[in-house]
Amino acid sequence: MKAVNYMKLEIPSRSANEAFARGAAACFVSQLDPTIDELGDIKTAVSEAVTNCIVHAYPDAIGKIYISGKIFEDGTVEISVRDKGCGIEDIHKAMEPLYTSGGEERAGMGFTIMESFMDKVKVRSALGRGTTVVLRRKIVSRNIQNERL
Amino acid sequence: MELYFVFKEWRLTVYMDGELDHHTASQTMRKISEKIDIYLPRDCVLDFERVRFMDSSGIAVIIKAYHKMRQAGGRLWVDNVGKQPLKVIDAAGLDRIINIGENAQ
Ligand SMILES: Nc1ncnc2c1ncn2[C@@H]1O[C@H](COP(=O)(O)OP(=O)(O)OP(=O)(O)O)[C@@H](O)[C@H]1O
Ligand SMILES: [Mg+2]
Repeated sequence: MKAVNYMKLEIPSRSANEAFARGAAACFVSQLDPTIDELGDIKTAVSEAVTNCIVHAYPDAIGKIYISGKIFEDGTVEISVRDKGCGIEDIHKAMEPLYTSGGEERAGMGFTIMESFMDKVKVRSALGRGTTVVLRRKIVSRNIQNERL
Repeated sequence: MELYFVFKEWRLTVYMDGELDHHTASQTMRKISEKIDIYLPRDCVLDFERVRFMDSSGIAVIIKAYHKMRQAGGRLWVDNVGKQPLKVIDAAGLDRIINIGENAQ
């Protein structure tokens, strides 16, 4: 499918950028006229992915986070969040509810939340090279929703 | 995140105002812990009316506050929770162990 619009963003892995990253993603998606709930879902998933880069990918350094967004003809949004950090050894295990390598500061619920808020979550990772999380969600524009009522 | 504390009849209410994410979580938890240690309340209520956004970092804060209150023989309540934080709380299954009050609107 062809992307009808896109954006690219690069930020350092500082926690102050978490609010910026999810806000920027929400602004990008706004052109599809999403509901407040849909925007909330996308903000939440992006916040989880970006926080993981800050907390896990670059635990003791500031690294770069690459965020890109695409909008497709059918109203599907794809946001990908990429880092060049430590990578994930066992993706399947990492995505299990409650699994965390982060101690009591973390709940181990990030991937579970991403999966329940998005239509599709894809993770690619290589140890020592980094991780890419791709989040997909189809936005049903409010106009169409209203027509159906 | 701004926090306002009210202690009355052994109940500590924490009015929270802002976004609860990884950036704000550790300071929020530290301040709540301090107040629980000072007042030793029977009930602690986290009032979420003005929490506009929360992610899994907030889940860890609620769980920590819950354990802290349990250890002290008290109870934790989360009240006035809006739509977005409630969805995160439900997705994490927290509604099964902690008393959650929804925001009426
Ligand atoms: N970008 C990443 N780089 C390296 N490891 C990661 C990355 N993202 C996730 N992980 C690994 O996957 C685990 C699970 O991630 P998830 O977001 O589900 O939980 P968490 O971050 O540990 O806790 P929470 O999200 O609830 O605060 C992490 O503990 C970490 O080990
Ligand atoms: Mg996480």
